[in-house]
Amino acid sequence: MKAIPAEYGLVLAAVLFMLGLISLLIRRNIVFMLISVEIMLNAAGLAFIVAGSRWNQPDGQVMFLFILTMAAAEVSVGLALILQIYHQLKTLNSDEASKMKG
Amino acid sequence: MLIIFYIASAVAVISTVLVITQHNLVHALLYLVVSFLAVAMAFYVLGAPFIAVLEVIIYAGAIVVLMIFVIMMLNLRQESVEQERKWLNVRIVAGPVLLTIVLAGELLYMLSTEASINLSGDVIGAKAVGISLYGPYVIGVELSGILLMAGIVGAYHLGRQKKKVTHRFLEKQEE
Repeated sequence: MKAIPAEYGLVLAAVLFMLGLISLLIRRNIVFMLISVEIMLNAAGLAFIVAGSRWNQPDGQVMFLFILTMAAAEVSVGLALILQIYHQLKTLNSDEASKMKG
Repeated sequence: MLIIFYIASAVAVISTVLVITQHNLVHALLYLVVSFLAVAMAFYVLGAPFIAVLEVIIYAGAIVVLMIFVIMMLNLRQESVEQERKWLNVRIVAGPVLLTIVLAGELLYMLSTEASINLSGDVIGAKAVGISLYGPYVIGVELSGILLMAGIVGAYHLGRQKKKVTHRFLEKQEE
């Protein structure tokens, strides 16, 4: 039962966040962009958990709960927007939705 | 504990890489479930069992299922996979990947220069989290409630299909 160094948790969070950021930058499909935002939020929550575990305080977990709430609200509104965009433009390409009043 | 954490981290990173390289949306979402389950395992090892349970129930359960339902409603066909394959070529991918890897390398270098601190691995259970949540952070709970309410109203308003209303006189003019 060896203890986990705190850096390893932070490294995992950093790598996951990096993967989410890469996915957000290279994708043009708007659903994939929403998925990558989820990955990044999850990575940020992981960093909070590691910090809470480092100081033996529950505050990190409380912060994760708030991130979870925010992610749920964001996904519901984002998916409604995606449905609306798909019905209006008949595509999931985010470049198509570059004009207002399109 | 360290071995379990290593394995969970490896599974999380590999499945996330598979998420971002998939062309099919449903395959990507299934890999996303695996990634969330692996991160939940890491949470459990880090001493946050309550958060691990919530990760499985809410992230891997509710949020991903919501996305899968929306993809079912979009009714995408094989063309979308072909289009995704066309969009994801090396010329587009190379720049962002290189720049992000440079930034991540800097971050990892800075993390590696710090003195190493071991986590105690003490379990912080649901009781401590609940006391903290409804003690000093109760204003955050109320704000979360307002945010969720706004989310419900926004999702209902945006998701409503507008009925095409054409007045009968206007219809005649068009003819």
